[in-house]
Amino acid sequence: MAIIVAAIVAFLSIKLNAFRDFQIAEIAVEVTAVAGLTVLTGLSGQISLGNGAFMAIGAYATALLLLHLNWPFYLVLVFAGAVTAVAGAVVGIAAARLHGPYLAGATLLLGVALPSLALAYPGIFGGDQGLNVVFTTPAFLGVNFPLTRWQAWVSTLVALIVLVLLANLAQSRIGRTWRAVRDNEVAAALDGINVAAARVRAFVVSAASAGLAGALLAIVTGLVAPGGFTITLSIALLTAAVIGGLGSLAGALWGSLVIVLVPTYVTDVATSQGLSSSVGANIPIVAYGVVLILVMLVFPQGIQGGLLRLISAFLGPDQKSRTRRTAPTPHVTPSADQAPASQHEKEGFS
Amino acid sequence: MKKSQRLRWQAAAIMTSALLGVAACSSSGSSSSSSSTSSSSNAALTASAPGITPTTITIGSHQPLTGPAAPGYSEIAPASTAYFDYVNANGGIYGRKIVYKYLDDGYDPTKTASVVRQLVLQDNIYALFNGLGTPTHLAAVSFLNSEKVPDVFVASGCECWNAPSTYPETFGWQLDYISEGKILGQYIKQHFAGEKVGYFYQNDEFGQDGVKGLDDEIPASMVVSKQSYVTTNVNIGPQVAALRASGAKVIVSFSIPAFTALLKLGMLKLGYNPTLTVSDVGSDPITLGGLLEAFAKQAGATVNGNQLTNGIITDEYLPALSASDSWYVLFKKIHDQYEPKAPLDGNFFYGMAVAYTFVQAMLKAGRNPTRADLTNAIQGGLPQGPMVAPFAYSSTNHLGVTGAYMGIIQNGVVVQQGSVLTTDTTATGPITTYTGSEEQAPASGIPSASS
Amino acid sequence: MVEFLQFTLGGIVFGMIYAAIALSLVLIWRGTRLLNFAQGGMAMLTTYIAIEVIYKTHSYWAGFVIALVAGLILGAASELTVVRPTAGKPELNSVIVTIGLLILFEGLAGIFFGGQYRSFPAAFSVTGLKVGGTPLGVSRFDVFTVAAVLATTLILAVLFRYTTAGLRMRAAAFNATVARLSGIRVARVLTVGWALAGLLGALAGVLVTPSTFLYPNSMDAIFVLGFTAAVIGGLDSPVGAVVGGLLLGVGLSYVGGYLNSDLTSLVALGVLVVVLMIRPNGLFAGARMRRV
Repeated sequence: MAIIVAAIVAFLSIKLNAFRDFQIAEIAVEVTAVAGLTVLTGLSGQISLGNGAFMAIGAYATALLLLHLNWPFYLVLVFAGAVTAVAGAVVGIAAARLHGPYLAGATLLLGVALPSLALAYPGIFGGDQGLNVVFTTPAFLGVNFPLTRWQAWVSTLVALIVLVLLANLAQSRIGRTWRAVRDNEVAAALDGINVAAARVRAFVVSAASAGLAGALLAIVTGLVAPGGFTITLSIALLTAAVIGGLGSLAGALWGSLVIVLVPTYVTDVATSQGLSSSVGANIPIVAYGVVLILVMLVFPQGIQGGLLRLISAFLGPDQKSRTRRTAPTPHVTPSADQAPASQHEKEGFS
Repeated sequence: MKKSQRLRWQAAAIMTSALLGVAACSSSGSSSSSSSTSSSSNAALTASAPGITPTTITIGSHQPLTGPAAPGYSEIAPASTAYFDYVNANGGIYGRKIVYKYLDDGYDPTKTASVVRQLVLQDNIYALFNGLGTPTHLAAVSFLNSEKVPDVFVASGCECWNAPSTYPETFGWQLDYISEGKILGQYIKQHFAGEKVGYFYQNDEFGQDGVKGLDDEIPASMVVSKQSYVTTNVNIGPQVAALRASGAKVIVSFSIPAFTALLKLGMLKLGYNPTLTVSDVGSDPITLGGLLEAFAKQAGATVNGNQLTNGIITDEYLPALSASDSWYVLFKKIHDQYEPKAPLDGNFFYGMAVAYTFVQAMLKAGRNPTRADLTNAIQGGLPQGPMVAPFAYSSTNHLGVTGAYMGIIQNGVVVQQGSVLTTDTTATGPITTYTGSEEQAPASGIPSASS
Repeated sequence: MVEFLQFTLGGIVFGMIYAAIALSLVLIWRGTRLLNFAQGGMAMLTTYIAIEVIYKTHSYWAGFVIALVAGLILGAASELTVVRPTAGKPELNSVIVTIGLLILFEGLAGIFFGGQYRSFPAAFSVTGLKVGGTPLGVSRFDVFTVAAVLATTLILAVLFRYTTAGLRMRAAAFNATVARLSGIRVARVLTVGWALAGLLGALAGVLVTPSTFLYPNSMDAIFVLGFTAAVIGGLDSPVGAVVGGLLLGVGLSYVGGYLNSDLTSLVALGVLVVVLMIRPNGLFAGARMRRV
């Protein structure tokens, strides 16, 4: 609960600058999506390179509902999350038997292919130009309340709700089931756990989070078009989850901060140096790549893992902080002793 | 257990607050407009609007500088900058220097929304200039209009920018795709009557609007095949095979240069040689020649890519890039001085021409313009400058140039065929011959303030 | 009927490109159990190196050979500097690291070579071949493309099966500890595996870039389809990589010809889902683990 209070307080103090409000909303959107992904990949051990597709589903559902039915936003939000959850169930069932790189490949192609539905059916989905989303501040706030601030508030609220729900899930029996399945599927099955159901459940939760994030993205940017949901988005989500610390909800926040703020910051630095456009525009890209590599090499547990290490080192050895709880290694690496494909099915990352 | 957990939450909370605090502190405040008394010949220059100081005018743009959509388009903003640099070095706009800040959006509408807000809310631009791309700009247009930021000369031929009642701040510039389709369509109807015609078009608003215009003019009985492509799939062999199978003797292509080149290569591969008509967007001879040059060398001789572009029919709303044109001479001079390493091709020319129009508009807006002064200046009509046809600007029409001339590419240059034709975006609007003449480039290279 | 032939032949050509990428991924997977997301980016870089060499020396084949050599070097260098340190750490770290490499390569290419399209020459004529007046829809260069990928595949197969070096690589992939005990320098073998994968990727790059033009993101879409082909075929199976590539190339060619080019990625997804539902480890997966 402390985190919620702290976040709201800190956030309210920033409402001076409208652009920062927008960035807060952006970060909240990312956190919502990344939190769901980190649960899916970190806790239940299923890699997904296609959560951007779920965001697209949530965003398009929002746009269509607002456009055609004009429902109030909270209802739209719930419905968008529900629709995406159903999609998540479908994907989860299809992917239930897939592991490691095969799951990665399937979700990668999902992330690539799904947005092209919008191009294939332009009558419904608006084609390449997408659908407009109109979102206004509610009347009770008065006419002078800036839209960006309201967007930031709504996004942050939804993000916090999702984080709380996910945190509860992670610590509940469902979460324990996920970890059991992730760590050793055979043992979990022997223990009576319905492995397939647990995996599908994880996909549903992850997809719902991404769908809600997509709904928020729709109202924050005002346009839902396929160009906003390319594979780059899915990869950015995974990157944020791993950099922040896989399996950790706090890590979702760190990762989101990195992917939202680092490119903008580096761009500002590059343009202020007066570099030519072809060089200047690519500096943030080079920096981003370098950051990814460095963080992985220096902080293999992600930022959250690194922070916890630092904190526990700081506080001394009497604090037996269970770092395993929030920054686990995704699973047990089958040791190099086990023979690969020709004898057993060798799993890279499950 | 619980204690360590609480400790973690607290640590995270502190971190969060710290980070958010840092973010707040590091926000660069708005550029404060300090008043100063400048000793100018007429009235003193003041900070008359956001983005305007006594010494500078700051404008912004969103452009695809990286990513799959960048090749080609990323040349435009540096070209505009080159022209602005020239103007700045020669007195500026009433003594103010133009500061052009353009940010990369990677052709991603989500990123466009972000950079445009950054430009308006943080960098305090006076106006958004030449925002590039239809889906990308659609993500920015509502925000710009609600913030009452002039949104001038959008780099897209969508007719959706012509909405003076919903988007009063937004103005187009280039020839819109429907009008272009009509002009191309009429040429085909007149010169290839009764022949089988096939379409090849990009499956987005650019290609679809072009097809709309074509269909307004070309009788449906002539059209035997319509093949579309998406920029994410370069294997267009199947589409070319389908066009060939349909027996089309004339192909009209609404494609970007890369796909025009691929179309040409695909035709070579099938030994299929119809007459090729290409939209202005994808027909720049220098760009096409560059893309095809590696294949023209095949025969062993040292021909360049021009051999493969000869005979392509196209339309143009800017003068041809030949030394006999006064605009080419002017822009080449500026290019050689400020951006010598960039290729002087259609995109570069475009960037300089639109910058010229902007300077004309700013000069018309007055010595101490407000934002409304700029939009009013445009709505009052602008001289056509380098364009071959007049602009449509009025209080009821926010579209840009109204026409183009037809041409055939020969030896890497578009050779004009016939007069300039003007039209509108309606299905039945007539295509008329423009009887006015092209303007010559001013000797100083800078438009006169009295237009 | 003629179109069917043209679609098929054209699909085979692109299919071999996907196969080459898929093979490079399979090589790395078999050796190191890692997915190399930077494979397309490496291929793009080596193709840039090739075009620079071609411009300076006016020799296509010099550029071709240098590209392949650069692929070897780049693959080995990537493994040594950036991937090796992630060994023993969570597997996803190596995924992120290779994604980071990909992004880094694309940014560097933009800086050093510029973001504009560059035309890349084909080794042979791109004019279509005809049989009795009917165009086949493929050119001499296309035939060369298919032949080059097939030849490289065969050479690698021979290398693995019949040479000591190949035996060492297979041993190290099969059981690294025992291989080490037998005196095999497993680490060096892994580097060689990445180097060969880099060579395959470079080959794919120079063969496909005439059709895509060269720019920093030119290999992105090709990589996604190559990865899909590898997954369809089964990441442990080189044969599967080739089959997967051909299946995808030809299938998508039919979709583009008979249906709509918008639908190609959706159809690819459909094919992938169908294959994986039946065989979750790809078409040519090895024996499944026996569940107790």
